[in-house]
Amino acid sequence: MKFHNEDEKPPRRPRAQVISRRMDRVFTELANIAAFIGRFFREVFLPPYEFKEIIRQCFEIGVKSLPLISLTGFIIGIVFMNQSRPSLAEFGATSWLPSLVSLAIVRALAPLVTALIGAGRIGSMIGAELGSMKVTEQIEAMEVSATNPFKFLVVSRVLATTFMIPALMMYTMLVALLGAYLNVNANEGTSFTTYFTQVFDAITFLDIFSSVLKSSLFGFTIGVVGCYKGYHSSKGTEGVGKAANSSVVTAMFLVFIEELLSLQVITALR
Amino acid sequence: MKKNKPIIDTSNSVINIRGLEKSFGDLDVLRGVDLDLYKGENLVVLGKSGTGKSVLIKIISGLLKPDAGVVNVLGQEVDKLKGRTLDELRLKIGFSFQNSALYDSMTIRQNLEFPLVRNRRDMTRGEVDRMVAVVLDAVGLSQTINQMPSELSGGQRKRIGIARTLILQPEIMLYDEPTAGLDPITCIDINNLINEVQSRFHTSSIIITHDLTCAKDVGDRVVMLLDGKFQRQGTFEEVFNTDDERVKLFHDYNFID
Repeated sequence: MKFHNEDEKPPRRPRAQVISRRMDRVFTELANIAAFIGRFFREVFLPPYEFKEIIRQCFEIGVKSLPLISLTGFIIGIVFMNQSRPSLAEFGATSWLPSLVSLAIVRALAPLVTALIGAGRIGSMIGAELGSMKVTEQIEAMEVSATNPFKFLVVSRVLATTFMIPALMMYTMLVALLGAYLNVNANEGTSFTTYFTQVFDAITFLDIFSSVLKSSLFGFTIGVVGCYKGYHSSKGTEGVGKAANSSVVTAMFLVFIEELLSLQVITALR
Repeated sequence: MKKNKPIIDTSNSVINIRGLEKSFGDLDVLRGVDLDLYKGENLVVLGKSGTGKSVLIKIISGLLKPDAGVVNVLGQEVDKLKGRTLDELRLKIGFSFQNSALYDSMTIRQNLEFPLVRNRRDMTRGEVDRMVAVVLDAVGLSQTINQMPSELSGGQRKRIGIARTLILQPEIMLYDEPTAGLDPITCIDINNLINEVQSRFHTSSIIITHDLTCAKDVGDRVVMLLDGKFQRQGTFEEVFNTDDERVKLFHDYNFID
């Protein structure tokens, strides 16, 4: 066996070469993701359709997220109402609390919080599940039994996240508004009718429509990222862990970028 | 259990490979492999780990593309097939994976039904149930039908993996290390099952292994993959009756009576 002399440093690659290789990797990855998304749009319209699997995934992704979403949404409503009060109280404008908080919840907090929880819970679940299926040759087993694994595993999951994240967002919105109501009722004594009249006066159709649309995009992103990372995970248990971790980090990062971009578009529309 | 004498039709080759080459980066795995699998035959491919045995059967099933050479399966060149035509050929090839590759989230019944309900859409519920019962009975695990794969032992998982491939009634069976990681008694059970599949379902099989007991028990013909090529072939005794040190070493490290 050959041992290196510790004083002897390995020759360093020229910086330009290192940068060029990294850029190569980045662009190859981007091209692969684009091809993956392209394949999704091709396969989604072609029969056979895996309705049973889509419904099963909707249940896994949607219904099983409800306890976490309920708790988070409720706490967010209470906390945001509490934190907004001192600023408005300075101007004697606490009566504006319902409209301020409802706008914040409907336009930004509900979509973003649902997407972040989705990226954490659902993104990691999809990444780990597909990663372990890849490692244990289950994806190849589907392929050799003349079943299209992409359609069964990827299309069903991406569709489920695209449908369920907006649904969960609407639910988060309601729970957060309810949490905020309990807070404002306890402190200002605002009645249920007055509170929700103010809430619905403040929010518009565009607010809800843009949030639903934005959430669909977040859901699609979470699904695609989780599936892509899992489907292309390297062999071994380390690869499964990396796929799960990378699914969460990448999906969260992309959700923030998309939030920023959609904010510009919606502001322009408004 | 003593192996029944199989009916092998040497005039009818179901797999015909000529000049097969496959590399991964700088590593040349297969360097001009020639192979014929005859109808009704159990062919054992022996070789050390990493010599490309599994790569060979993955190319046969269309999971990998060859770099060069012709791979003809049931009269069709696998690497030229795509989509529906490739799927139709795959229905005639059963692939038993090294780690069974059972779907963790499904019960044994759902695992067995999975290929059937997707590829035989005209079958009624009753026919599907009957097929599931037949293959479970063939592998002797009828009682596990409602269990999850995680509840089964390694040997049982292998058997269910084989049952899942049998449900599509394939003409060719590809076994990837069927006895790897199993105790000697379970290995004998699996070897008997491979022989039973051959005689009961009239399949032609390629068995990838480095277990010489398995090779001796199930192989009608044995080929040895060394340095990316088949160096020796014949019956088990013919292959190991040689002065080639590499082959002798392979033999001596296995414990055979």
